[in-house]
Amino acid sequence: MTAKQQFLRGLRFGVPIGLGYLSVSFSFGIMAVSIGFDWWQAVLVSMLNLTSAGQLAGIQIMVHPAQYAAMLISQLTINLRYSFMSISLSQKTEKKFRGIYRWLLGFFMTDEIFAVAVSQKEVTRALFAGLTVAPYFGWTFGTLLGALLGNILPNIVMNALCLAIYGMFVAIVAPDAKKDLKLLTVVGISLILSGLFYYLPLLSRHVSAGLAVSICAVLAAAAGALFFPVRETEGAA
Amino acid sequence: MELKQFFTYLLVMAGSTYLIRAIPFALMKKKIQNTFVRSFLHYIPYTVLTAMTFPAALYATNNLWAAAAGLLVAVLVAVRGKSLTVVAACACVSVLIVELLLMQLGQ
Repeated sequence: MTAKQQFLRGLRFGVPIGLGYLSVSFSFGIMAVSIGFDWWQAVLVSMLNLTSAGQLAGIQIMVHPAQYAAMLISQLTINLRYSFMSISLSQKTEKKFRGIYRWLLGFFMTDEIFAVAVSQKEVTRALFAGLTVAPYFGWTFGTLLGALLGNILPNIVMNALCLAIYGMFVAIVAPDAKKDLKLLTVVGISLILSGLFYYLPLLSRHVSAGLAVSICAVLAAAAGALFFPVRETEGAA
Repeated sequence: MELKQFFTYLLVMAGSTYLIRAIPFALMKKKIQNTFVRSFLHYIPYTVLTAMTFPAALYATNNLWAAAAGLLVAVLVAVRGKSLTVVAACACVSVLIVELLLMQLGQ
């Protein structure tokens, strides 16, 4: 297959991802505007980050002044999974896909782009480049629409749309947790810890929400790694 | 929000998000062998998403019960293996229905 054919193939694979992103980033745009961001700020955040969970946590920290360390810790924890995906995908790339191409295209490593790319026998740089196009535009354009229409839609509809992004998180976790009792236990630990950090006044008063997510996630994942080690698998979400 | 604050945060956020993706991609040439690290990295996406969703999602809409219904529907639809978009849409529609019902009851 020529590079052009590879690119077009990737482009086609990316379309369903882009459509999915459109709806989720729409919800992100609405949320960002609802907590005080301008529409262009929401769009800029989406264009430069391209990540749902990280952005959602990020904008919640941004509204408070001077929590740069909390921002850094939350982004590193939430986005740590991308490192693993990058490592995993780096094993399947063609010879030409290295150096500057990896530095450029690494930016586009998202859960869904990774999932499609890693299912290929060999990942060429043309295919990967094509794969990123629709998701990137979907993510950016959806944010723009959400941020602009957020003010026009009735309050009750906007409210309901705020749940979309969490619906997506559930859709990623629930099916895998159902199939794997160990994962279900680890997810349960994270859920209980997160509840404690929210509802126990002693914890909620002293630990910011962004940091609490990082602490709960790291503790639960460490407990999982200790008690339920994963044997040699692809193992990426 | 001050623009300076916004851009400083944006720089920290976008910079760390980019580097955590690109550095391992560009520099990694071997596979991680350590089982603990591999397992930790396997679990972390799930624990992050769970801790972000609960209990924050319950307070993402105007009404706790509507949000709880939306979340429950999301779980039920998701374990049936429906796509991200379908799950998200069902969750939103459930919230809307419960909120409309509550409004009717309240009148």
